[in-house]
Amino acid sequence: MARLLSSRWAIVLGLGLVLAALPFLFPSNYYFRVAAIVNIFALAAVGLNLLMGYAGQVSLGHAGFMGLGAYSVAIGATHFGLHGLAAAGIGAVLSGLVAFLVGRPILRLKGHYLAVATLGFGLLIAMALTNEASWTGGPDGMGVPRLEVFGTRLRGPDTWYYISAGVLLLGVMLALNLIESPTGRAMRAIHDSEIASRVAGIDVASYKLKIFVVSAVYASVAGSLMAFLNGHITPDGTAGFLRSVELVTMVVLGGLGSIIGAIAGAAVLVILPQALTIFHDYEHLMLGLMIMASMILLPRGIVPSLLARLRGGKS
Amino acid sequence: MSAPLLETENLSIAFGGVKAVDGVSLKVQPRRIHSIIGPNGAGKTTLFNLISGLYQPSSGRVRLAGEDVTGLPPDALARRGLSRSFQNLQIFFRMSALDNVMVGRHQHEKTSLLSHVFALPSVSRENARSREMAMALLERVGLADLAGKEAGSLSYGALKRLEIARALATEPRILLLDEPAAGCNAIETEEIDRVIQSVAASGIAVLLVEHDMRLVMRISDEILVLERGRTLVSGTPAEVRDDPRVIAAYLGTFGSAEANRA
Repeated sequence: MARLLSSRWAIVLGLGLVLAALPFLFPSNYYFRVAAIVNIFALAAVGLNLLMGYAGQVSLGHAGFMGLGAYSVAIGATHFGLHGLAAAGIGAVLSGLVAFLVGRPILRLKGHYLAVATLGFGLLIAMALTNEASWTGGPDGMGVPRLEVFGTRLRGPDTWYYISAGVLLLGVMLALNLIESPTGRAMRAIHDSEIASRVAGIDVASYKLKIFVVSAVYASVAGSLMAFLNGHITPDGTAGFLRSVELVTMVVLGGLGSIIGAIAGAAVLVILPQALTIFHDYEHLMLGLMIMASMILLPRGIVPSLLARLRGGKS
Repeated sequence: MSAPLLETENLSIAFGGVKAVDGVSLKVQPRRIHSIIGPNGAGKTTLFNLISGLYQPSSGRVRLAGEDVTGLPPDALARRGLSRSFQNLQIFFRMSALDNVMVGRHQHEKTSLLSHVFALPSVSRENARSREMAMALLERVGLADLAGKEAGSLSYGALKRLEIARALATEPRILLLDEPAAGCNAIETEEIDRVIQSVAASGIAVLLVEHDMRLVMRISDEILVLERGRTLVSGTPAEVRDDPRVIAAYLGTFGSAEANRA
C-alpha cells in the first residue's frame, strides 16, 4: 500500500480517478463551484509545498503571485484585448520574473527573517493592486471577461471544475517529476543540511531561487484560474495577506513534503468553512479548534501522519 | 616530486583576536595520505573549514591544482574536485542512504530544470546512472544492504562511511576526512582504513584529521602536527613519532587523554 502510494504514476492515476468520479456525487452547481475552488487552491498549495515542504523555505506572500496571475488575466483582457489564455501565460511568465528578481535578495534570509520578507512582498503586491485603481478598479476589484475557446464561452462552475481538475492533475504530475529528479534531490538536500549540500556541489542560492520561481508560477496559474472561475476579482480576495496565510496553512495542515497532502489541506480549508456554516456564529471558532486539533493529533500533517499510521499498523 | 594538488600558504584565521589557525603551509600530493594531528582545539577542523571554503581566511592562500581558490564557496570547490566529510556529521537525515550518495552526483548531472519538470527520457537515464554509481559506492564502503534505509535510522559508524561515499560520489581529486573513525568500533575502523587506502590508491589525494594514532601512523605518508593553530612539526610518521616536541605535546595534553582511554 505505502509503496503503491509513493509511486508517481499511482498518485496521478488515483487522483485522476477521484477527480473524474467526484462529479457523480455533486447534487448541484454549488458543489462544482466549491470543488473548483479546492482544485485551484490545491494547485497553488502543491507549488508552495515544493518550496516549503521540499526545499524548506517559507513564503508568507505567495498570494501575491496569485494576485499577479489573476490580474494579468483581467487587465490583459480588459485593457489590452488579449486572449484570456495568452494573458494567463503572460501572468505566469511575469510572476516567474518577479519571483526571480525578488527572490535573489530575500532568499538569502533564513527562517523568521525570510517569513517576514516574503510577507512584506505579499503586502506590497496587494497594496499595488489596491492603489492602481485606474488599472485594477481599486479595492472593489474588476470584472474578468469570460474566456472563449474555439468560439465557445467557458462559463458555469461545472466547466471550470473540469478545467481546474485537468490543470491540477498536470501540476501534480510536473511536481512529482521534479521531486524525482536531480533538482528534487538537491531541494531535499538543502532542506536537511545546507552545508553538506554546498560541499556536495550544489549551488544552494540558485536552487532556492529556481524553486521559488517554480512555486510562483504555480500560484500565478491558480490565480488566473480563480479569475476565470469567479468572473470578478479583488485585491484582498486574490493577493491578500489572509490568502497567503491560508496557502501556508493548507501546506502545513495537509503535510509538508507531501503532494497529496497539499491537496488534502486545500480541500479541508476550503470545504470546512462551508460545512461549518451550520454552527452559525461559532463557525470561525469551530474552524480554529479543528485546525488546532488536527495539528495536535496529526502533527506531521494529515497525509504523512495517516500514512505513517497505516505503515505502522501493517508492520 | 610532482606539483602538489592542494597547497596552502601561510593560511590564517582569527576569531576575535584568537588565531585559530596561524600561518599553516602544507602541500598534498595525489595518491598520498596526509594527516593532521594535534590536541583538541589545535585548529584542525578550522583548517579544514578554511580549505573547503566554509570559512574565509584572514590571510594566506589556498591553491588547488595550481589555481588560486582562496575564498571560493564550497560548491565551487566541489566542482574543482575538492570534497570532504564532517567531524560532527552533515547528513541528509530524511533521505535514504542511496539518495544521500546520489546528491553527491549533483555536479555531474547535466539535465536542465525544464527537462526535470517534464521528466524527459534523459532524466530517467541520468537518474539510473547516478543510482548505479551511488550503489557501487555504497558497496565500496560496505553499506549496500542499507541503501534503502532512511539515513536518520543508521548507526553512527554507518553514517561516517555514508559521508565518505557521498564525498566520493562527487569524483574528488582531493578528499578531506575529518575524524572518519571517531566513534567507530574496531571493525568499522578497519573498514574505514581499507576505504581510505583504496581511495588514495585510486589516485585521489587524502587529507586526514584523525585521533586514532594507530590508524594515522599506519596509513599516513606525511603527518603535520598542529598546536594552537601553528605547525609544530611536519614529516613522515617515523620522523613525527620520534620528534621530542611532539612527544612533549602529546604527554602534555592528549597523550594523557589517550592513556586514559586505553
